[in-house]
Amino acid sequence: MYTFTTAHVFATGPGGDMQWCFSQVKGAIDDDVAEADIISTVEFNHTGKLLATGDKGGRVVIFQQEIENKNQPQFRSEYNVYSTFQSHEPEFDYLKSLEIEEKINKIRWLPQKNAAQFLLSTNDKTIKLWKISERDKRPEGYNLKEEDGCYKDPNTITSLRVPVLIPMDLMVEASPRRVFANAHTYHINSISVNSDNETYLSADDLRINLWHLEITDRSFNIVDIKPANMEELTEVITAAEFHPHQCNTFVYSSSKGTIRLCDMRASALCDKHSKLFEEPEDPSNRSFFSEIISSISDVKFSHNGRYMMTRDYLSVKIWDLNMENRPVETYQVHEYLRSKLCSLYENDCIFDKFECCWNGNDSVVMTGSYNNFFRMFDRGQRRDVTLEASRENSKPMQVLKPRKVCAGGKRKKDEISVDSLDFNKKILHTAWHPQDNIIAVATTNNLYIFQDKVN
Amino acid sequence: MEVNVEARRILAVSISKLYASRTQRGGLRLHRSLLLSLVMRSARDIYHSSRESEESTGAHSAPEEPMDTSSSPGEQTRLSEAQHEPQPALNSAELAPEEPDNADDCCDRDTTEDKENLSPVKQSRKRRGKASAAPDFLPSKRARLEPGEERYAAPLGSCRAGAGESLTTLSLNRVIPAF
Repeated sequence: MYTFTTAHVFATGPGGDMQWCFSQVKGAIDDDVAEADIISTVEFNHTGKLLATGDKGGRVVIFQQEIENKNQPQFRSEYNVYSTFQSHEPEFDYLKSLEIEEKINKIRWLPQKNAAQFLLSTNDKTIKLWKISERDKRPEGYNLKEEDGCYKDPNTITSLRVPVLIPMDLMVEASPRRVFANAHTYHINSISVNSDNETYLSADDLRINLWHLEITDRSFNIVDIKPANMEELTEVITAAEFHPHQCNTFVYSSSKGTIRLCDMRASALCDKHSKLFEEPEDPSNRSFFSEIISSISDVKFSHNGRYMMTRDYLSVKIWDLNMENRPVETYQVHEYLRSKLCSLYENDCIFDKFECCWNGNDSVVMTGSYNNFFRMFDRGQRRDVTLEASRENSKPMQVLKPRKVCAGGKRKKDEISVDSLDFNKKILHTAWHPQDNIIAVATTNNLYIFQDKVN
Repeated sequence: MEVNVEARRILAVSISKLYASRTQRGGLRLHRSLLLSLVMRSARDIYHSSRESEESTGAHSAPEEPMDTSSSPGEQTRLSEAQHEPQPALNSAELAPEEPDNADDCCDRDTTEDKENLSPVKQSRKRRGKASAAPDFLPSKRARLEPGEERYAAPLGSCRAGAGESLTTLSLNRVIPAF
């Protein structure tokens, strides 16, 4: 059940500054969260007109942007539900006596080629290609059938007519066009569509497979890091992505904090990387949990293809593809948590996998944190801001006030202390419109849409 | 000493997490299991090295307690980890650096000793070694007798104890499920 509020969204700020305003919130208001409604992925399509979310219950909801006053710079846009469908159902692997969760791990849109839209959605084991198409006309005037579909008595037909298409209320249909199954022994963590628009990759903990969008009964294994003896396992694949322009290049990140760039032209099996991106560990930060917090949870190429961003537990790092030995920029997301790692280990929060995203022109990056906070880092202006997605800040025209966490010492007014943070309220999934300053931020079961308005 | 206490606590927490993850929907997560085992290894190393320094000052080590081995061999180490009491868990964790080969050596040594002692009782025809070291709950295979032979009681006591030990060894490597 969706309730949402919309708001006038323009606000002014000093030139060049971004001021984020509340736009909409989707999802149930009540605090009692049904597990199936927990949002597990958020993704804009290539134009930003469509916004897809996946949840733990295997459902995909697509919102469509409707713009008022399109020609004016201060336009108001609103995302409304466009289509809802059940993408994955729970399954059972009888051989291993394991249940396969229906949770949607990732959604990736295909670039639009015709009137229909296509997206890939995946759970732990199976990837599906969905076609979302509109139907706004229906045929009327069949010769052999009545309007209700019953067949006429042929003896009563005395004339012949051509059925006509008449307008009808818009219907959006989602149909599964391809099912890519049985190719992953381990849990799928990533899918990425190639710039050639014909192939895509899917990655699990130990292997990466290359698929053709038209072919479902086979895939090529391009990376395999499974050791001969599983007892020697030291790292797993945590994320993978194709380069936005070079169709032969992809990267994958590991639980050890390394990123490998591979060139598919080099060999069929890309176990040998072309580049290895790794930053030496700071020995002063060594703890029981060093390995866990260095595990990379997300990797994203910049839109221009020159950089990539990685997210580990405490930081976001920007890497120049031409420099392997260290990142060019490092941003601390919530350094105040470093002294709390033991508690975060006990309550399982240290295993949370945060995602990150770039804005359209690669000048700002965004990622989530706890207490429904999310962080933006402006690379050019070297500024960062902490904002909060909450129902309290969801009044019409409301500008989001920057938040601040007090790490220790005297807490100033309006600051929140580390011990007061709600670690159950986490923002793992965020998305940025490919062209405009519109962002979608997912709390546990709500989707917030914020917009920036600059005069 | 505080590090020691911390290490023990982390080890106990890790073991309970590992056990809990077995019942998770969607099955064991390899990534999570790996991270848990890395933390356990760090904690175990710290605890081990602090125990060594304790022992060198004259402290005695706590006795080992038998582990519950009531499931398939692959699962045994994980079930033994399910013991929530830190003491037996940590004791078994100490055995982790030992390779399974130690258990083999133990069996071989017993066999060698038996041969050297020239026991008057005829030796069991069961093959010794890790491969045939069956836990108590599995029916033991009986060797086929050749014509004229009689069945004697098999002097397996020492070897079986050795086998039992090998199965209760907590090898952190085995935390990673073999798919």
